[in-house]
Amino acid sequence: MAAVKLELIRPSSGTERATVADQAGAETDPLADLARQSLYYMAMMREVEDRIERKLYRQGKVVGGVYVGRGQEAIPVGSGLAVRPDDMLFPSHRDMALFLIRGVSARQIFAQYMGRVDGLTNGRDGNMHMGDLSKRLVAIISAMAASIPVAAGAAMGMKYQGKDTVTVVYFGDGATSRGDWHEGINLASVQKAPLVLICNNNQYAYSTPLSKQMACANVADRAPGYGIPSEVVDGNDVLAIHEASRRAIAHARAGHGPFLIECKTFRMTGHSAHDPADYVPKHLFAEWSAQCPIARLEKKIIERGWASVEEVASIRARVVRESDEAVEAAEKSPYPDASTLLDNLYEK
Amino acid sequence: MTTTYVDAIRQGISEEMERDPNVFLLGEDIGVYGGAFKVTQGLLERFGERRVVDTPISESAIVGAAIGASFMGLRPVAEIQFADFISCGFDQIVNFAAKCRYRWNAPAPIVVRAPCGGGIHGGPFHSQQNEAWFAHTPGLKVVLPATARDAKGLIKSAIRDNDPVIFFEHKALYRRIKEEVPEDDYSVPIGKANIFREGKHITVVTYSAMVHVAAEAAEILDKDGISVEIVDLRTLTPLDEETILASVRKTSKALVLHEANLTGGFGGEITARITEKAFEDLDGPVLRLAAPDVPVPFSTPLEEAYLPNTQKLLEKLRWLAAY
Ligand SMILES: Cc1ncc(C[n+]2csc(CCOP(=O)(O)OP(=O)(O)O)c2C)c(N)n1
Repeated sequence: MAAVKLELIRPSSGTERATVADQAGAETDPLADLARQSLYYMAMMREVEDRIERKLYRQGKVVGGVYVGRGQEAIPVGSGLAVRPDDMLFPSHRDMALFLIRGVSARQIFAQYMGRVDGLTNGRDGNMHMGDLSKRLVAIISAMAASIPVAAGAAMGMKYQGKDTVTVVYFGDGATSRGDWHEGINLASVQKAPLVLICNNNQYAYSTPLSKQMACANVADRAPGYGIPSEVVDGNDVLAIHEASRRAIAHARAGHGPFLIECKTFRMTGHSAHDPADYVPKHLFAEWSAQCPIARLEKKIIERGWASVEEVASIRARVVRESDEAVEAAEKSPYPDASTLLDNLYEK
Repeated sequence: MTTTYVDAIRQGISEEMERDPNVFLLGEDIGVYGGAFKVTQGLLERFGERRVVDTPISESAIVGAAIGASFMGLRPVAEIQFADFISCGFDQIVNFAAKCRYRWNAPAPIVVRAPCGGGIHGGPFHSQQNEAWFAHTPGLKVVLPATARDAKGLIKSAIRDNDPVIFFEHKALYRRIKEEVPEDDYSVPIGKANIFREGKHITVVTYSAMVHVAAEAAEILDKDGISVEIVDLRTLTPLDEETILASVRKTSKALVLHEANLTGGFGGEITARITEKAFEDLDGPVLRLAAPDVPVPFSTPLEEAYLPNTQKLLEKLRWLAAY
């Protein structure tokens, strides 16, 4: 097996995505690099979210709503590693890894959750309600599915300007019940806009199970109604999601219009940190924990010889170390000064 | 019995459901989960799925379906999970429900309940106080109870009312206030303000959670010999102008207080009515205290600076008292 330099896998700065400099070159399975990067980003997302939800929130250092993507990490990672840096992303509230992949630091993310000035919204908003246009990341608003028409517009803008970029928008199963979801997809479809729609079907929307959300079997079944192709994919298989994303992105980039991917997964947590999720049958958590996307990928990495046990352990150690440092740095970030309350409502 | 604001609303709803088989509930996560704030907890078990309907995330459909069901003689009570998301059902409220009776004489007796307000670290999308949008729309009744007793009495009136009622429940009050609430079948009339506290020198006109801020300030000013009267509007539309004007005529000074943003807030309307109709009785300018014209920020120091509070109110009231 080729020697890999794990230390080189890191969240990138700027819009460039760092890749592993694989010294071994041709003799390496091309999937090895992707698998190791995926493992890093998924493990990092898990670690950062665990600290926010299980430590900082309980310590009262994070206040307000905390929504995590535990068990769903493969979705932002698999797709986020399939886009180009100049493609536009609209993350949902459970897609933290997209920020990491685009070079937003864990320190900035912790600071955002703690309402500090170094968060992406400088304390104006919390949790994943953040964005950075220079990194082509658009901030969600809370209202589910409101991003879909906006993403349709971004995609139309790309087409208008003759660019070969695409827009990728993320949402949950519940969001597909909003009129905005349908209006946005329909508009993008008739305009043949380069829009990729990625649904994390985690089977619950707050306490509402799928059966109360929609009467069709799959979110993907809705696509034909808008004349667009769709695909159902194992939402806990990061490499499968990567593959499906590449196909969908190629379709959109080639000018064939929107493509919908439905990732079947499970929300391994309550709706938010305050919710014990008593309404979820316990056996579902047990069944799905056996499908942990991180554990599955680790197993595959070792089986395929993409990295050694020690190398995998060192990725795990690295995310802990980086999170330690990031929390410490974020806690040093000041709170916004009350005197800035009125700033930045309009252009100066 | 002492009852919290949240329990009082639930009692009011369940008593109406007992009384009238046409009353039913619809909204997101209201059944099995009992609602994001547990207002409807236990009602699914008690009244069954026919009368407590968990819906998809579809605010426009929730409000629209409530209107349609009301045409069939039902009494729908819709929950919008946070008032911030009421905008997703806006058209159904302001164009369909509000204009039915006036256009074609069809009443739309629906209640839309919406938990509103800040002070819970909710940030820009879980803190809004957007009653002014609806007060500006003729045909709607806008109700915002400040006490547990009123919350129960007003939700009952809202359900019995033959016009669309937007019922704003303040999230910060749900579990913070507790008081004696009668167990008998009382109701509190829509369109009638309440003198929450009697006073001689200044009238504070307010509603919802700000009533309690006003009460705190009034206690403090009492010690300085400034006697504050608090008018709790309870309903913005239809507005109880008479009670406001009577109080201002008595005290000769008025301040209007609300948590919503200043510009275009309902305080402007009240101020205008006072100056139009009680100008001769005034001994000073009518002041307003409201949130500044920015979204509700998330971070604690910013949110504290944003929200009207006792300190800010005391400053204004002292200035007005000395005027
Ligand atoms: C329009 C709107 N209504 C209600 C809510 C409250 N809410 C926040 S998240 C959520 C469930 C979302 O479910 P889904 O879209 O499946 O995403 P998930 O949280 O499962 O990832 C609800 C009802 C909201 N944010 N927006």
